[in-house]
Amino acid sequence: MTDLTELGVKALRDGIATGDFTAREAAEAFNAAVEQASALNAFIVTTPDHALAAADAIDAKRAKGEDLGKMGGVPIGMKDLFCTDGVQTTAASHILEGFVPRYESTVSQKLWEAGAGMLGKLNLDQFAMGSSNETSYFGNVSSPWRKEGSNAAMSPGGSSGGSSAAVAARIAPAATGTDTGGSIRQPAAFTGITGIKPTYGRCSRWGVVAFASSLDQAGPMARSVEDCAIMLEAMAGFDPKDATSLQMDVPNWEDALDADLKGKRIGIPREYRMDGTDAEILDSWEQGKEWLRDAGAEIVDISLPHTKYALPAYYIIAPAEASSNLARYDGVRYGLRDLPDGAGLQDMYAATRADGFGDEVKRRILIGTYVLSAGFYDAYYTQAQKVRALVAKDFENAWAECDAILAPTTPTASFLLGSLNDDPLTMYLNDVFAVPASLAGLPAMSVPAGLNSDGLPLGLQIVGKPFDEQGVLNAGLAIEQRAGFVAKPEAWWC
Amino acid sequence: MAGGAANALTMSITRDEVAKIASLARIRMGDDALDSMVPELNNILDWVEQLGEVDVTGVEPMTAVIPNTLRLREDEVDAIPQTAGGRREDVLANAPAAEHGFFGVPKVIE
Amino acid sequence: MSEYRIQGATGEWEVVIGLEVHAQVTSAAKLFSGASTAFGAEPNSQVSLVDAAMPGMLPVPNRECIRQAVRTGMAIEAQINRYSRFDRKNYFYADLPQGYQISQLYHPIVGEGQLLIEADEKAGIAQDKIIGIERIHVEQDAGKLMHDQHPTMSYVDLNRSGVALMEIVSRPDMRSPAEAGAYVRKLRAILRYVGSCDGNMEEGSMRADVNVSVRKPGEEFGTRTETKNVNSVRFVMQVIEYEANRQVDVLENGGTVDQETRLFDPGTGTTRTMRSKEDAHDYRYFPDPDLLPLELEESFLDECRASLPELPDAKRRRYESELGLTPYNARELTAEVETYARFETLLGAVAAKIGKPEAEVATQTANWALSVAPGVMKSLGDEADPANATAEAQASILAMQDKGEISGGQAKEIYEIVLKTGRDPEEIADAEGLKQVSDTGAIEEAVDAIIAANQDKVEQYRGGKDKLFGFFVGQTMKAMQGKANPAVVNQILKDRLG
Ligand SMILES: [Mg+2]
Ligand SMILES: [Zn+2]
Repeated sequence: MTDLTELGVKALRDGIATGDFTAREAAEAFNAAVEQASALNAFIVTTPDHALAAADAIDAKRAKGEDLGKMGGVPIGMKDLFCTDGVQTTAASHILEGFVPRYESTVSQKLWEAGAGMLGKLNLDQFAMGSSNETSYFGNVSSPWRKEGSNAAMSPGGSSGGSSAAVAARIAPAATGTDTGGSIRQPAAFTGITGIKPTYGRCSRWGVVAFASSLDQAGPMARSVEDCAIMLEAMAGFDPKDATSLQMDVPNWEDALDADLKGKRIGIPREYRMDGTDAEILDSWEQGKEWLRDAGAEIVDISLPHTKYALPAYYIIAPAEASSNLARYDGVRYGLRDLPDGAGLQDMYAATRADGFGDEVKRRILIGTYVLSAGFYDAYYTQAQKVRALVAKDFENAWAECDAILAPTTPTASFLLGSLNDDPLTMYLNDVFAVPASLAGLPAMSVPAGLNSDGLPLGLQIVGKPFDEQGVLNAGLAIEQRAGFVAKPEAWWC
Repeated sequence: MAGGAANALTMSITRDEVAKIASLARIRMGDDALDSMVPELNNILDWVEQLGEVDVTGVEPMTAVIPNTLRLREDEVDAIPQTAGGRREDVLANAPAAEHGFFGVPKVIE
Repeated sequence: MSEYRIQGATGEWEVVIGLEVHAQVTSAAKLFSGASTAFGAEPNSQVSLVDAAMPGMLPVPNRECIRQAVRTGMAIEAQINRYSRFDRKNYFYADLPQGYQISQLYHPIVGEGQLLIEADEKAGIAQDKIIGIERIHVEQDAGKLMHDQHPTMSYVDLNRSGVALMEIVSRPDMRSPAEAGAYVRKLRAILRYVGSCDGNMEEGSMRADVNVSVRKPGEEFGTRTETKNVNSVRFVMQVIEYEANRQVDVLENGGTVDQETRLFDPGTGTTRTMRSKEDAHDYRYFPDPDLLPLELEESFLDECRASLPELPDAKRRRYESELGLTPYNARELTAEVETYARFETLLGAVAAKIGKPEAEVATQTANWALSVAPGVMKSLGDEADPANATAEAQASILAMQDKGEISGGQAKEIYEIVLKTGRDPEEIADAEGLKQVSDTGAIEEAVDAIIAANQDKVEQYRGGKDKLFGFFVGQTMKAMQGKANPAVVNQILKDRLG
């Protein structure tokens, strides 16, 4: 029998449906792989029993000839930002250590209803704040990738770094991610996998620990565009419990996949040619254009004039929202409580939050508190929201000239863990290409484009019009077919 | 420069201000933590100052990312199980101190 | 009555009052969750995951709460904002699970409106006065803290957490405790007419934050204090009285009034600084990113408008102009929802029973409703069963009286029996002999006998001593054992005496 962990979502689902192997065999194979890969530190907790129970349910359904669902029998990793009923949910923070929700996030619920099972809760940057997976209370995640000829641990990207590492290492065929300012796309690019952030409002935010509400979107991370399409179908859909949820039907993205881009115009934003962008990244961008032209698309130059201001605007808006969203972690109703001797209520808050939040989380809460405070609100927050409106307007204008946009996902390939730790600003620049689409709520995807001269993966990003995930997936598929990315990291962790 | 709004963005944050912000955010910070935080925050704030360059004349701050208006729900008790009341056990299950159906906190003097 | 002034050592001081009234919106479910709003449940039993601010929980607004706020705004002739937003007000407190209250600062749902308080000599309000209302916004209520259940802990109950409130913010237009009292009473009446709040102050459905400052007449506004959560009209007036005098004392002793939040102690009638709110607040309001802008459609506003009842001022004016009631009666009958509702039901029943337009029977119905009926009820005490006080029974009594079948005294007697037993008034009148005689034959017989027996008085009367007419009426009524219809008696006496 083939090694089941080499299979992706579609291959697993179809193999189980046709009886090539059972869901239990698949779950056992991945459970074993997870167990062997603890060196990656991709999981905060593993849930092999959950995966087995889901698998057994699928096998039983198959025996009865019932429909197995969109993800029938596929065991996945769940980013530990999604609340899971009866399973510890931490957002990788000490402040939520031991928190066991009595409810299930809408997205995870939909995945279980589609027949998926859970391998465990994936590590991440604390409260999804970070681009390297070094801010987790539960330790760094190591990328399965290493520079050629080096044993130094590389960053899997962040914040969905547990997800990217697990999928790239073949210990999960797919994983959920969340993307606030690049947290699906950047780790996907760093680890040679695909990941899509859908249009804001496609996936319910109910039951997902909030970072920045106006930006947070869940999405799938997998090894192929088709796998992402399948999983996104299972995750998306209107939710009456989320007031920002889109009241729209979920399209049949998987069936409508089509890499023929004849008649499509792909925009190349000139402002994305930034100083400091790696030459190899620029080369892969050129290569991407060629691939899309080859797929029948017309390549057009476009301008997104406010690109430069997207990242600073993001670093006002996201911390501002986070400073308020994270106020609920106060030691009263759940999670950590630090009650020094003789402390009053307000002292308890200050001690609990000092002890429970990591440095990056504190930094962002402080920035957010500052920019919202009396006398600074208009200068910072209102100005940033105006700039955000201009960034969104840039995209709107661009849609007059093109159907989708091609850009690099990141300005560099992955870096050594620890190399950017003392320089938050440089770390933030990782998301310079990812953030504009986040600010505008647009669907955006990263697909592997190849390896750089160090043997590290590079990603290309497609940004689409609102609600046009199909256009994004199709362009991604065209690249995937031409890039022929088959490289995989050597399994040093086993 | 885009007028008044930009001008306010040119000061740096002092140690006292950081202490005040930390207290507003209810994060206890010792002297060392404050000392290292001040330059970090100033770095970030210096960098976001460039937003002041953007001419935002006549631009409304963004409110809805995707064109969409607020959906209202009907006035029905416990219509959706996940957002219904009557879940005292679930609500108290993770509480660091729960007694007699209440959450307990250090005594507050009003 | 002259204006309200505090006499200080340095002269007269004027009091300036503004009120922020928090009124619980009448709705079955909470503002942003499906949990019930019912009062008095077990602690934390009406708390959803949303109300407890569990991680990942999101607010979805309740249409009815928005609708009631809009209807309330319309009732105070306010501008309704078709575009409004919810903002977060950030602060840390144990009764605030999210660490912020969802409220409306920058774009409230209701803008400028107004409310009329009426002249009331007795209360010391010299003339009608318009009080400006700055805004109404919708927001979440907080939970409840209990401090006396445990030696070292406070207990938190989140049942109220997330219940919808309207915050109704007045202009600083009031100048005396009496005006503030009248404002709260009038506001309460309007809310109850509209049905947007039950106005139950004991259960906390209405609480006022009382802003008080003092100044020398004609000078700039002084520094104000805000006394929180005052839950009765009487207490609102006490707070103003106390605060005004305290501030005058402070100022006259060379001190300054601190802008601060204070707490009222109903036991002593005094206020004191609220320790838990000592540190200067910076609420960092910003638009709630979980909620999109609220845009109201014309059809929604039309429905709100169409569903508004006749409001107190309009009803009072109509009672005077169309029903011909005295200003006093009109005001009394329109002050409370229950009063006017009962009156209008009775008036309809009376008019139908008698077969006359409402306007022609309104005065007698009003007198009955405001003084006669409550008097009977009160005199009976526990013997009366209020359930027997049906409009139908009262209308029967008023109809019999209108036709001259019973006297006013008999009406009261019949009503007493009705209240005690629930028997039918007409049956009572017959069975208990509580009817006046209108039969001219019997009355003529009695009159003739009296005239015959009192010829001397007849002569004096005819000679011009008109006052003796009363003597003949009295004698006739006595002979008839009080049951004769006075109008018939009068007519027959006039005929016979010439
Ligand atoms: Mg107030
Ligand atoms: Zn309020």
